[in-house]
Amino acid sequence: MSTIIHDEIIAPRAAWTGVVQAGETLRIVDLDGNQAVDCLLYNAHDTAERYSAPDTITAQGNIFLVVGSQLRSNEGAVMATVTESTCAYHDTIGGACSRESNTLRYGHHTRHQHGCVDNFLIGGSHHGLGKRDLVSNINWFMNVPVAADGTLGIVDGISAPGLHVDLRANMDLLVLISNCPQINNPCNGFDPTRVRVVITR
Amino acid sequence: MNTPAHTATLDAARAHARSQASTQSATQATIPSTEATDLPPGVSAADVRWDETLAAGGYTALTLARHGRLRLSDLEGDTCAGMLVYNAQNTAERLNVADTVKVQWQTYLTSGAVLLSDLGRALMTITADTSERHDALCGGTTKAANERRYGDGALHSSSPAARELFTVAGARHGLARRDLPPSLNLFKSARVEGDGTLRFNGSRTAPTYIELRADLDVLVLIVNSPHPLDDRSSYTTTTLRLTAWNAAPPPDPIAAAVSPERVRAYENSLQYVIGATR
Repeated sequence: MSTIIHDEIIAPRAAWTGVVQAGETLRIVDLDGNQAVDCLLYNAHDTAERYSAPDTITAQGNIFLVVGSQLRSNEGAVMATVTESTCAYHDTIGGACSRESNTLRYGHHTRHQHGCVDNFLIGGSHHGLGKRDLVSNINWFMNVPVAADGTLGIVDGISAPGLHVDLRANMDLLVLISNCPQINNPCNGFDPTRVRVVITR
Repeated sequence: MNTPAHTATLDAARAHARSQASTQSATQATIPSTEATDLPPGVSAADVRWDETLAAGGYTALTLARHGRLRLSDLEGDTCAGMLVYNAQNTAERLNVADTVKVQWQTYLTSGAVLLSDLGRALMTITADTSERHDALCGGTTKAANERRYGDGALHSSSPAARELFTVAGARHGLARRDLPPSLNLFKSARVEGDGTLRFNGSRTAPTYIELRADLDVLVLIVNSPHPLDDRSSYTTTTLRLTAWNAAPPPDPIAAAVSPERVRAYENSLQYVIGATR
Protein backbone atom coordinates (compact mmCIF):
# COMPACT_ATOMS: atom_id res chain seq x y z
CA MET A 1 0.00 0.00 0.00
CA SER A 2 1.30 3.42 -0.86
CA THR A 3 1.38 6.27 1.63
CA ILE A 4 0.04 9.70 0.73
CA ILE A 5 2.69 12.31 1.54
CA HIS A 6 1.00 15.34 0.05
CA ASP A 7 -2.46 16.03 -1.38
CA GLU A 8 -3.37 19.49 -2.60
CA ILE A 9 -5.71 21.22 -4.99
CA ILE A 10 -4.09 23.87 -7.16
CA ALA A 11 -6.46 26.74 -7.76
CA PRO A 12 -7.25 27.91 -11.28
CA ARG A 13 -4.39 30.07 -12.70
CA ALA A 14 -2.09 29.31 -9.73
CA ALA A 15 1.55 28.26 -9.47
CA TRP A 16 2.71 25.25 -7.44
CA THR A 17 6.12 23.90 -6.51
CA GLY A 18 7.08 20.77 -4.65
CA VAL A 19 9.84 18.29 -4.04
CA VAL A 20 9.31 14.69 -5.11
CA GLN A 21 11.94 12.27 -3.85
CA ALA A 22 13.35 9.46 -5.97
CA GLY A 23 10.93 6.53 -5.91
CA GLU A 24 7.91 8.67 -5.04
CA THR A 25 5.03 9.19 -7.46
CA LEU A 26 3.44 12.49 -8.37
CA ARG A 27 -0.14 12.17 -9.60
CA ILE A 28 -1.70 15.13 -11.40
CA VAL A 29 -5.50 15.01 -11.74
CA ASP A 30 -7.38 17.09 -14.30
CA LEU A 31 -10.32 17.56 -11.93
CA ASP A 32 -12.69 19.47 -14.19
CA GLY A 33 -11.41 18.42 -17.62
CA ASN A 34 -9.23 19.82 -20.42
CA GLN A 35 -6.96 21.81 -18.14
CA ALA A 36 -3.39 22.24 -19.39
CA VAL A 37 -0.81 21.76 -16.63
CA ASP A 38 2.54 23.31 -17.56
CA CYS A 39 5.36 21.54 -15.79
CA LEU A 40 9.14 21.77 -15.39
CA LEU A 41 11.41 19.36 -13.51
CA TYR A 42 14.78 20.13 -11.91
CA ASN A 43 17.35 17.93 -10.24
CA ALA A 44 16.70 18.99 -6.63
CA HIS A 45 20.42 18.91 -5.85
CA ASP A 46 21.72 20.69 -8.97
CA THR A 47 19.09 22.79 -10.71
CA ALA A 48 21.39 23.40 -13.71
CA GLU A 49 20.20 19.91 -14.64
CA ARG A 50 16.57 20.18 -15.68
CA TYR A 51 13.91 18.69 -17.92
CA SER A 52 14.77 18.73 -21.61
CA ALA A 53 11.97 18.37 -24.15
CA PRO A 54 14.39 17.71 -27.04
CA ASP A 55 16.35 15.04 -25.17
CA THR A 56 13.08 13.40 -24.12
CA ILE A 57 11.46 13.25 -27.55
CA THR A 58 14.70 12.39 -29.37
CA ALA A 59 15.45 9.46 -27.07
CA GLN A 60 11.95 8.00 -27.45
CA GLY A 61 11.64 8.90 -31.15
CA ASN A 62 8.19 10.44 -30.71
CA ILE A 63 6.90 13.88 -29.78
CA PHE A 64 4.05 12.71 -27.53
CA LEU A 65 4.36 11.80 -23.86
CA VAL A 66 2.53 8.56 -23.05
CA VAL A 67 2.66 5.73 -20.52
CA GLY A 68 6.26 4.54 -20.44
CA SER A 69 7.77 7.83 -21.56
CA GLN A 70 11.04 8.60 -19.78
CA LEU A 71 11.39 12.28 -19.00
CA ARG A 72 15.02 13.17 -19.62
CA SER A 73 17.26 15.96 -18.44
CA ASN A 74 19.50 18.28 -20.44
CA GLU A 75 22.33 15.91 -19.47
CA GLY A 76 20.46 12.92 -20.88
CA ALA A 77 19.55 11.34 -17.52
CA VAL A 78 16.11 9.88 -16.82
CA MET A 79 14.44 12.21 -14.31
CA ALA A 80 11.02 10.57 -14.12
CA THR A 81 8.90 7.93 -15.82
CA VAL A 82 5.24 8.18 -16.83
CA THR A 83 3.90 5.11 -15.08
CA GLU A 84 0.19 5.66 -15.64
CA SER A 85 -1.98 7.98 -17.72
CA THR A 86 -5.70 7.88 -18.36
CA CYS A 87 -5.30 10.73 -20.88
CA ALA A 88 -4.03 9.23 -24.15
CA TYR A 89 -1.09 11.55 -24.67
CA HIS A 90 0.44 14.84 -23.57
CA ASP A 91 2.40 17.64 -25.26
CA THR A 92 5.98 18.79 -24.82
CA ILE A 93 6.70 20.86 -27.94
CA GLY A 94 4.23 23.74 -27.40
CA GLY A 95 6.02 25.52 -24.57
CA ALA A 96 4.44 27.82 -22.01
CA CYS A 97 2.28 30.88 -22.55
CA SER A 98 3.63 34.26 -21.55
CA ARG A 99 2.49 37.86 -21.66
CA GLU A 100 5.03 38.46 -24.45
CA SER A 101 4.07 35.49 -26.62
CA ASN A 102 0.41 36.35 -26.03
CA THR A 103 1.02 39.67 -27.79
CA LEU A 104 2.27 37.77 -30.84
CA ARG A 105 -0.47 35.16 -30.84
CA TYR A 106 -3.51 37.21 -29.86
CA GLY A 107 -2.62 40.89 -30.06
CA HIS A 108 -0.96 43.60 -28.00
CA HIS A 109 -4.08 43.96 -25.83
CA THR A 110 -3.31 40.61 -24.12
CA ARG A 111 -0.03 41.77 -22.55
CA HIS A 112 -1.55 42.15 -19.08
CA GLN A 113 -3.25 38.78 -18.96
CA HIS A 114 -2.01 35.95 -16.75
CA GLY A 115 0.55 33.56 -18.26
CA CYS A 116 2.41 30.40 -17.33
CA VAL A 117 5.83 32.05 -17.50
CA ASP A 118 4.80 34.36 -14.65
CA ASN A 119 3.77 31.30 -12.65
CA PHE A 120 7.12 29.61 -13.34
CA LEU A 121 8.95 32.80 -12.35
CA ILE A 122 7.08 33.28 -9.09
CA GLY A 123 7.28 29.59 -8.20
CA GLY A 124 10.93 29.30 -9.17
CA SER A 125 11.81 32.48 -7.28
CA HIS A 126 11.29 30.63 -4.01
CA HIS A 127 13.91 28.05 -5.03
CA GLY A 128 16.66 30.30 -6.40
CA LEU A 129 15.49 29.92 -10.00
CA GLY A 130 15.14 32.84 -12.38
CA LYS A 131 14.31 33.62 -15.95
CA ARG A 132 17.35 31.93 -17.43
CA ASP A 133 16.30 28.69 -15.75
CA LEU A 134 13.11 28.36 -17.80
CA VAL A 135 13.21 25.99 -20.75
CA SER A 136 10.72 24.17 -22.97
CA ASN A 137 8.27 22.45 -20.65
CA ILE A 138 5.71 19.66 -20.49
CA ASN A 139 2.04 20.43 -21.05
CA TRP A 140 0.06 17.70 -19.33
CA PHE A 141 -3.43 17.20 -20.83
CA MET A 142 -2.71 19.56 -23.76
CA ASN A 143 -3.25 18.53 -27.39
CA VAL A 144 -0.76 19.78 -30.01
CA PRO A 145 -0.95 17.84 -33.28
CA VAL A 146 1.60 18.29 -36.09
CA ALA A 147 0.25 18.04 -39.65
CA ALA A 148 2.19 16.52 -42.54
CA ASP A 149 3.19 19.97 -43.80
CA GLY A 150 4.53 20.93 -40.39
CA THR A 151 1.56 23.02 -39.28
CA LEU A 152 1.15 22.69 -35.53
CA GLY A 153 -1.01 24.28 -32.90
CA ILE A 154 -3.13 23.85 -29.83
CA VAL A 155 -6.52 22.32 -30.61
CA ASP A 156 -9.44 21.07 -28.52
CA GLY A 157 -8.27 18.86 -25.68
CA ILE A 158 -8.58 15.09 -25.39
CA SER A 159 -8.77 15.12 -21.60
CA ALA A 160 -11.87 14.88 -19.44
CA PRO A 161 -12.86 15.42 -15.80
CA GLY A 162 -10.95 13.12 -13.48
CA LEU A 163 -8.27 11.93 -15.89
CA HIS A 164 -4.81 11.71 -14.38
CA VAL A 165 -1.14 11.12 -15.08
CA ASP A 166 1.43 9.54 -12.74
CA LEU A 167 5.15 10.32 -12.76
CA ARG A 168 7.54 8.20 -10.76
CA ALA A 169 10.66 10.14 -9.86
CA ASN A 170 13.97 8.54 -10.86
CA MET A 171 15.90 11.24 -8.98
CA ASP A 172 15.04 13.79 -6.30
CA LEU A 173 13.02 16.39 -8.17
CA LEU A 174 11.99 19.99 -7.73
CA VAL A 175 8.74 20.32 -9.66
CA LEU A 176 7.36 23.61 -10.98
CA ILE A 177 3.74 23.65 -12.10
CA SER A 178 1.67 26.37 -13.67
CA ASN A 179 -2.02 25.59 -13.67
CA CYS A 180 -2.37 27.31 -17.03
CA PRO A 181 -4.33 30.60 -16.96
CA GLN A 182 -4.62 30.95 -20.76
CA ILE A 183 -8.02 32.16 -21.94
CA ASN A 184 -7.35 32.77 -25.64
CA ASN A 185 -7.08 29.20 -26.93
CA PRO A 186 -8.68 25.80 -26.22
CA CYS A 187 -5.88 24.46 -23.97
CA ASN A 188 -8.10 25.05 -20.94
CA GLY A 189 -11.43 24.94 -22.74
CA PHE A 190 -11.37 28.78 -22.41
CA ASP A 191 -12.07 28.30 -18.70
CA PRO A 192 -9.09 27.67 -16.38
CA THR A 193 -10.05 25.15 -13.68
CA ARG A 194 -8.61 23.29 -10.68
CA VAL A 195 -6.14 20.43 -10.71
CA ARG A 196 -5.04 18.14 -7.89
CA VAL A 197 -1.54 16.94 -7.07
CA VAL A 198 -0.97 13.86 -4.93
CA ILE A 199 2.49 12.61 -3.92
CA THR A 200 2.71 9.01 -2.75
CA ARG A 201 5.45 6.73 -1.55
CA MET B 1 56.28 19.05 -38.62
CA ASN B 2 58.48 15.97 -38.40
CA THR B 3 61.62 18.00 -37.80
CA PRO B 4 62.70 17.56 -34.17
CA ALA B 5 61.95 20.78 -32.28
CA HIS B 6 64.90 22.61 -30.86
CA THR B 7 63.43 24.05 -27.72
CA ALA B 8 66.06 23.42 -25.08
CA THR B 9 66.83 27.10 -24.52
CA LEU B 10 64.56 30.13 -24.21
CA ASP B 11 65.91 31.61 -27.45
CA ALA B 12 65.35 28.37 -29.33
CA ALA B 13 61.88 27.86 -27.81
CA ARG B 14 60.86 31.41 -28.80
CA ALA B 15 62.17 30.99 -32.32
CA HIS B 16 60.38 27.65 -32.59
CA ALA B 17 57.10 29.13 -31.37
CA ARG B 18 57.29 32.07 -33.78
CA SER B 19 58.18 29.88 -36.75
CA GLN B 20 54.75 28.23 -36.60
CA ALA B 21 52.64 31.29 -37.36
CA SER B 22 52.78 30.99 -41.14
CA THR B 23 50.93 27.67 -41.04
CA GLN B 24 47.51 27.65 -42.73
CA SER B 25 44.69 25.40 -41.57
CA ALA B 26 41.82 24.34 -43.79
CA THR B 27 39.47 25.43 -41.00
CA GLN B 28 40.23 28.72 -39.34
CA ALA B 29 39.02 32.29 -39.07
CA THR B 30 39.96 34.99 -41.59
CA ILE B 31 41.79 37.71 -39.65
CA PRO B 32 40.98 40.43 -40.42
CA SER B 33 37.59 39.42 -41.71
CA THR B 34 37.70 42.24 -44.25
CA GLU B 35 40.18 40.12 -46.22
CA ALA B 36 37.69 37.27 -46.65
CA THR B 37 37.28 35.92 -50.18
CA ASP B 38 34.67 33.86 -52.02
CA LEU B 39 31.88 35.99 -50.57
CA PRO B 40 28.16 35.84 -51.36
CA PRO B 41 27.18 37.89 -54.45
CA GLY B 42 26.92 41.58 -53.69
CA VAL B 43 28.80 41.42 -50.39
CA SER B 44 31.82 43.69 -50.16
CA ALA B 45 34.82 42.42 -48.19
CA ALA B 46 34.91 45.74 -46.35
CA ASP B 47 31.55 44.91 -44.75
CA VAL B 48 32.51 41.45 -43.51
CA ARG B 49 32.52 41.29 -39.71
CA TRP B 50 33.37 37.62 -39.19
CA ASP B 51 34.46 34.77 -41.46
CA GLU B 52 35.37 31.30 -40.22
CA THR B 53 35.21 27.65 -41.21
CA LEU B 54 34.53 25.02 -38.57
CA ALA B 55 35.59 21.39 -38.77
CA ALA B 56 33.66 18.55 -37.13
CA GLY B 57 33.52 19.24 -33.41
CA GLY B 58 34.23 22.95 -33.85
CA TYR B 59 32.41 25.81 -32.17
CA THR B 60 32.31 29.58 -32.28
CA ALA B 61 30.46 32.59 -30.89
CA LEU B 62 29.88 35.81 -32.77
CA THR B 63 27.98 39.01 -32.26
CA LEU B 64 26.00 40.62 -35.02
CA ALA B 65 24.52 44.12 -35.03
CA ARG B 66 20.84 44.67 -35.90
CA HIS B 67 20.32 44.35 -39.69
CA GLY B 68 23.60 42.39 -40.04
CA ARG B 69 23.54 39.18 -42.05
CA LEU B 70 24.91 35.75 -41.28
CA ARG B 71 25.37 33.07 -43.92
CA LEU B 72 26.04 29.48 -42.89
CA SER B 73 27.22 27.26 -45.73
CA ASP B 74 27.24 23.48 -45.80
CA LEU B 75 30.28 23.20 -48.08
CA GLU B 76 30.31 19.43 -48.55
CA GLY B 77 26.64 18.58 -47.99
CA ASP B 78 26.83 16.71 -44.69
CA THR B 79 27.25 19.25 -41.92
CA CYS B 80 24.99 19.89 -38.94
CA ALA B 81 25.08 23.32 -37.34
CA GLY B 82 23.67 23.63 -33.84
CA MET B 83 22.62 27.20 -33.12
CA LEU B 84 21.57 29.33 -30.15
CA VAL B 85 20.76 33.04 -30.29
CA TYR B 86 20.67 35.63 -27.49
CA ASN B 87 19.92 39.33 -27.27
CA ALA B 88 23.49 40.65 -27.11
CA GLN B 89 22.44 43.48 -24.79
CA ASN B 90 20.62 41.20 -22.35
CA THR B 91 21.48 37.52 -22.66
CA ALA B 92 18.65 36.59 -20.29
CA GLU B 93 16.57 37.04 -23.45
CA ARG B 94 17.23 34.11 -25.78
CA LEU B 95 15.89 31.85 -28.48
CA ASN B 96 12.74 30.00 -27.53
CA VAL B 97 12.18 27.16 -30.00
CA ALA B 98 8.77 26.27 -28.55
CA ASP B 99 7.45 29.80 -29.04
CA THR B 100 9.14 29.95 -32.46
CA VAL B 101 7.21 26.98 -33.84
CA LYS B 102 4.00 27.55 -31.88
CA VAL B 103 3.56 31.25 -32.58
CA GLN B 104 4.21 30.79 -36.31
CA TRP B 105 2.01 27.64 -36.48
CA GLN B 106 4.86 25.86 -38.28
CA THR B 107 7.35 23.19 -37.16
CA TYR B 108 9.70 23.40 -40.14
CA LEU B 109 11.58 26.68 -40.42
CA THR B 110 12.70 28.11 -43.76
CA SER B 111 12.81 31.45 -45.61
CA GLY B 112 10.64 34.07 -43.95
CA ALA B 113 10.58 32.34 -40.58
CA VAL B 114 11.45 34.37 -37.52
CA LEU B 115 13.57 33.08 -34.63
CA LEU B 116 11.64 34.28 -31.61
CA SER B 117 13.00 35.18 -28.22
CA ASP B 118 11.30 34.23 -24.98
CA LEU B 119 10.29 37.88 -24.67
CA GLY B 120 8.17 37.91 -27.81
CA ARG B 121 10.64 39.60 -30.13
CA ALA B 122 12.18 38.64 -33.46
CA LEU B 123 15.87 37.92 -32.82
CA MET B 124 16.65 36.87 -36.39
CA THR B 125 14.86 36.16 -39.66
CA ILE B 126 15.73 33.49 -42.23
CA THR B 127 16.20 35.53 -45.42
CA ALA B 128 17.45 32.80 -47.80
CA ASP B 129 17.57 29.02 -47.59
CA THR B 130 18.69 26.50 -50.22
CA SER B 131 18.80 23.64 -47.71
CA GLU B 132 15.26 23.63 -46.27
CA ARG B 133 16.34 20.82 -43.95
CA HIS B 134 16.35 22.31 -40.49
CA ASP B 135 15.04 21.11 -37.15
CA ALA B 136 13.65 23.02 -34.17
CA LEU B 137 12.54 20.00 -32.11
CA CYS B 138 15.43 17.62 -31.47
CA GLY B 139 18.04 19.91 -29.87
CA GLY B 140 21.72 19.07 -29.45
CA THR B 141 23.47 15.93 -28.26
CA THR B 142 24.56 15.31 -24.67
CA LYS B 143 27.77 13.78 -23.37
CA ALA B 144 25.78 10.76 -22.20
CA ALA B 145 24.19 10.24 -25.63
CA ASN B 146 27.52 10.52 -27.44
CA GLU B 147 29.11 8.05 -25.02
CA ARG B 148 26.44 5.54 -26.03
CA ARG B 149 26.77 6.17 -29.78
CA TYR B 150 30.46 6.95 -30.29
CA GLY B 151 32.09 5.80 -27.06
CA ASP B 152 32.86 9.33 -25.90
CA GLY B 153 31.19 12.75 -25.74
CA ALA B 154 33.71 14.80 -23.78
CA LEU B 155 34.89 18.15 -25.06
CA HIS B 156 38.45 16.94 -25.69
CA SER B 157 37.34 13.73 -27.41
CA SER B 158 36.96 13.22 -31.15
CA SER B 159 33.15 13.14 -30.70
CA PRO B 160 32.29 16.12 -28.47
CA ALA B 161 28.62 16.56 -27.61
CA ALA B 162 26.81 19.69 -28.78
CA ARG B 163 26.03 20.63 -25.18
CA GLU B 164 29.71 20.55 -24.21
CA LEU B 165 30.58 22.72 -27.21
CA PHE B 166 27.79 25.21 -26.46
CA THR B 167 29.03 25.38 -22.87
CA VAL B 168 32.52 26.57 -23.78
CA ALA B 169 31.21 28.84 -26.55
CA GLY B 170 28.75 30.54 -24.19
CA ALA B 171 31.18 30.74 -21.28
CA ARG B 172 33.20 33.30 -23.25
CA HIS B 173 30.19 35.58 -22.96
CA GLY B 174 29.37 34.96 -19.32
CA LEU B 175 26.85 32.21 -19.99
CA ALA B 176 26.67 29.05 -17.88
CA ARG B 177 25.25 25.59 -18.49
CA ARG B 178 21.88 26.81 -17.20
CA ASP B 179 21.87 29.36 -20.02
CA LEU B 180 21.68 26.73 -22.76
CA PRO B 181 18.04 26.27 -23.78
CA PRO B 182 16.90 23.84 -26.50
CA SER B 183 18.84 24.64 -29.69
CA LEU B 184 18.22 24.60 -33.43
CA ASN B 185 19.80 22.18 -35.90
CA LEU B 186 20.58 23.61 -39.33
CA PHE B 187 21.24 21.45 -42.42
CA LYS B 188 19.87 18.29 -40.77
CA SER B 189 16.18 17.73 -40.34
CA ALA B 190 13.60 15.51 -38.71
CA ARG B 191 9.97 15.12 -39.70
CA VAL B 192 7.01 14.35 -37.48
CA GLU B 193 4.77 11.56 -38.72
CA GLY B 194 1.04 11.30 -38.09
CA ASP B 195 1.43 9.28 -34.89
CA GLY B 196 4.08 11.65 -33.55
CA THR B 197 7.06 9.54 -34.62
CA LEU B 198 10.21 11.58 -35.27
CA ARG B 199 11.88 10.48 -38.51
CA PHE B 200 15.43 11.63 -39.29
CA ASN B 201 15.40 13.30 -42.71
CA GLY B 202 19.09 14.05 -43.20
CA SER B 203 20.38 16.82 -45.41
CA ARG B 204 20.53 17.85 -49.02
CA THR B 205 23.76 16.42 -50.38
CA ALA B 206 24.68 19.35 -52.62
CA PRO B 207 26.37 22.39 -51.05
CA THR B 208 23.66 24.58 -49.53
CA TYR B 209 23.39 27.69 -47.42
CA ILE B 210 21.04 29.50 -45.08
CA GLU B 211 21.15 33.24 -44.53
CA LEU B 212 19.77 35.08 -41.52
CA ARG B 213 19.23 38.74 -40.67
CA ALA B 214 19.64 40.08 -37.16
CA ASP B 215 16.50 41.89 -35.98
CA LEU B 216 18.17 42.92 -32.70
CA ASP B 217 21.84 43.03 -31.74
CA VAL B 218 22.46 39.33 -31.22
CA LEU B 219 24.99 36.88 -29.83
CA VAL B 220 25.04 33.65 -31.86
CA LEU B 221 26.57 30.37 -30.67
CA ILE B 222 27.33 27.80 -33.37
CA VAL B 223 28.54 24.21 -32.97
CA ASN B 224 29.41 21.74 -35.72
CA SER B 225 28.17 18.47 -34.28
CA PRO B 226 26.05 15.57 -35.63
CA HIS B 227 22.28 15.61 -35.24
CA PRO B 228 21.00 13.55 -32.28
CA LEU B 229 18.93 11.33 -34.59
CA ASP B 230 21.83 10.70 -37.00
CA ASP B 231 22.43 7.02 -36.22
CA ARG B 232 25.72 6.60 -38.08
CA SER B 233 28.22 5.03 -35.71
CA SER B 234 30.99 7.45 -36.70
CA TYR B 235 30.92 11.12 -35.69
CA THR B 236 30.05 12.54 -39.11
CA THR B 237 29.64 16.22 -39.88
CA THR B 238 31.45 18.08 -42.64
CA THR B 239 32.95 21.54 -42.89
CA LEU B 240 30.77 24.52 -42.00
CA ARG B 241 31.52 28.04 -43.16
CA LEU B 242 30.18 31.14 -41.40
CA THR B 243 30.29 34.60 -42.87
CA ALA B 244 28.74 37.66 -41.20
CA TRP B 245 28.52 41.13 -42.65
CA ASN B 246 27.00 44.51 -41.99
CA ALA B 247 24.07 45.38 -44.23
CA ALA B 248 21.74 48.27 -44.83
CA PRO B 249 18.38 48.16 -43.03
CA PRO B 250 15.93 45.96 -44.94
CA PRO B 251 12.77 47.31 -46.54
CA ASP B 252 10.20 47.65 -43.76
CA PRO B 253 9.93 44.07 -42.40
CA ILE B 254 6.62 44.90 -40.73
CA ALA B 255 5.08 45.71 -44.11
CA ALA B 256 6.75 42.71 -45.75
CA ALA B 257 5.73 40.13 -43.13
CA VAL B 258 3.26 37.57 -44.39
CA SER B 259 1.60 36.72 -41.08
CA PRO B 260 0.12 38.80 -38.26
CA GLU B 261 2.28 36.97 -35.72
CA ARG B 262 5.48 37.98 -37.53
CA VAL B 263 4.19 41.56 -37.86
CA ARG B 264 3.86 41.79 -34.08
CA ALA B 265 7.26 40.11 -33.53
CA TYR B 266 8.88 42.84 -35.63
CA GLU B 267 6.76 45.49 -33.88
CA ASN B 268 8.06 44.22 -30.53
CA SER B 269 11.68 44.24 -31.79
CA LEU B 270 11.27 47.76 -33.15
CA GLN B 271 9.76 48.85 -29.84
CA TYR B 272 12.85 47.48 -28.06
CA VAL B 273 15.02 49.71 -30.25
CA ILE B 274 12.71 52.71 -29.78
CA GLY B 275 12.70 52.17 -26.03
CA ALA B 276 16.49 52.01 -25.88
CA THR B 277 17.01 55.19 -27.91
CA ARG B 278 18.48 57.95 -25.78
